[in-house]
Amino acid sequence: MNCSSTLISLLLCTSVGGAALAESKPAVIYGLGGKFDRSFNESTYNGAQRFTSETGTAYREFELQSDAQREQVLRRFAQEGRSPIVVAGFAFAQPVNTVAQEYPDTSFVIIDSVVELPNVRSLVFKEHEGSFLVGLLAALASETGSIGFVGGMDIPLIRAFACGYRQGALEVDEDISILENMTGTTGAAWSDPVKGGELARAQIGRGADVIFQAAGGTGVGVLQAAADGGILGIGTDSNQNGLHPGQVLTSMLKRVDVAVYSALMAADQDAFEPGVSSLGLAEGGIDWADDENNSSLISDEMRAAVTEAKEAIISGEIVVHDYRTDDSCPS
Amino acid sequence: MDLDLIAQVFASATRLATPILLACLAGLFSERAGILDIGLEGKMMIAAFAAAATASLTGSPVFGLCAAISASLAFALLHGFASITLRGNQLISGVSINMFALGIAGLTGSALFGLSGRTPNLTSEQRFSNLCLPFHSDLGVIYRDVVSGHSAIVYVAFGCVLGTWWLVYKTRFGLRLRAAGEAPDAVETAGISVARVRYYAVAIGGVLCGIAGAHLSIALSAGYTEAMTADRGFIALAALIFAKWRPFAALFTCLLFGFVQAIGFQIEGVVEIDNRWLTTLVEFLEASFPYIMTVIVLAGFVGKATPSAAGGIPYTKER
Repeated sequence: MNCSSTLISLLLCTSVGGAALAESKPAVIYGLGGKFDRSFNESTYNGAQRFTSETGTAYREFELQSDAQREQVLRRFAQEGRSPIVVAGFAFAQPVNTVAQEYPDTSFVIIDSVVELPNVRSLVFKEHEGSFLVGLLAALASETGSIGFVGGMDIPLIRAFACGYRQGALEVDEDISILENMTGTTGAAWSDPVKGGELARAQIGRGADVIFQAAGGTGVGVLQAAADGGILGIGTDSNQNGLHPGQVLTSMLKRVDVAVYSALMAADQDAFEPGVSSLGLAEGGIDWADDENNSSLISDEMRAAVTEAKEAIISGEIVVHDYRTDDSCPS
Repeated sequence: MDLDLIAQVFASATRLATPILLACLAGLFSERAGILDIGLEGKMMIAAFAAAATASLTGSPVFGLCAAISASLAFALLHGFASITLRGNQLISGVSINMFALGIAGLTGSALFGLSGRTPNLTSEQRFSNLCLPFHSDLGVIYRDVVSGHSAIVYVAFGCVLGTWWLVYKTRFGLRLRAAGEAPDAVETAGISVARVRYYAVAIGGVLCGIAGAHLSIALSAGYTEAMTADRGFIALAALIFAKWRPFAALFTCLLFGFVQAIGFQIEGVVEIDNRWLTTLVEFLEASFPYIMTVIVLAGFVGKATPSAAGGIPYTKER
């Protein structure tokens, strides 16, 4: 035990340091997959960086190497008097639940999961709304009438992606065929690009000409196979349009950076609020990527259709069903 | 089932079988010579990383392949040093190879590229592209998709099966190799160094794992992702036992395992994802098929799987 805490404090010394100017002493813990995963964690990092560059308040950070470290690091930061402590990923729910009760004066921010305690702010996203928009785009872009989805680990969150995507596509074309694959049921499902590529090839062989990935590191293989196969991929979380310019139709953006930034700002101005925030299209927490890398793929009609759908969702005219509310997807 | 679909399943099976096959042959050399090799996974992993990192830095997949073979060879010799020269426990040495490879790949990757252990995405010039054999599109869809259109490494792997068979069964070296695993005392009595034969075997295994790793990161995908070997080294071990340490049987076992996975991918894509029972069942079978088959073989239902008599026992010259 002594050895491991020494090791952690050594690691902490190498992370971003510097004197804190304001009252808040934030800390950020990234999930497995690393800080620069081009996805979820990187978005968290970008949010924290923006906060630091604007306020000058430094933060400490930690990249997990294994599941066992979650509670250890949380406790370590709390002991040091760090607050708020931002953690990225649904797998932190249980550790935060434990440690937040031990340190009631410390503020915690958890992304992608809900922990109902008076000192925890939970940030969840309406991924189904963004998936609806990219499903709509996929159906508009498809020429074969067949589109695909490759998910990572088979969990309700990823099924919500699949379900939103399906609803968006069916909105355009009731007869569209949608192929769905999940990579696995364990954590390894996030880091097997070879399997992701093989799943994508199988879908291409069955006629899919647009494939949406929500599979972390596995998804890199999906986008690669899509580009190799001359069809279109769709990215997730961060803007992945630039991975294969002209071959990624769009990306479903999950603005974790915005959420982290505003949570850190609130805490810095002594306005930390516990509770659950659900961020969707209306809150700017979810969006679709439209930049120079995919501008040639998005026609004016497509842009108009997706903008219209976006406004309809924001106004409540279209209600996208969330798989997580009843564990099923309307067909 | 139309012909296109069948061709596609077989093509997918071939691609998926290749890394397992190469690792399986690597294990065959090593275990036939009496050195248990549980570190196939680690050697493939360091090779996959070395290939992607080198290809990214130099821009050449050939350099990537060379780096992969060198890295894997270095790890193989480390395993050889621990288990042949130092006479250590071969299982423990193998396990530490696996852990060391995962750690060092992540650490080096972070230091070189600052991308949390990943390498940058490779461009098509930095990867092995798929080859079109002569008459690529003239001999029917099976030829076009299954026989032609793979990366060079796939053909090398199939050639390695023949090479392994020839080397192990038809040459003097092969006889010595098998003898080193079955009756090392006899080898030593004949005036041949058991240690040297075993080092050769372990080194050949290292080279084959190196090619397997390169296939994963610079042919099948475009870059290294942390732990991207995804237990393929252990599936190769299962295949090795299922094939009873024979090269052609290894080929068929690996193709069978690849085939089961490829079929699984197809079924999953067709079935409604809400049909949780069926998807879970397919996924379970697809992931655990190699292990289930191995247990069946080990339990003695399909003949008898007998490893080398001296496997796992460090050889001591003077007793």
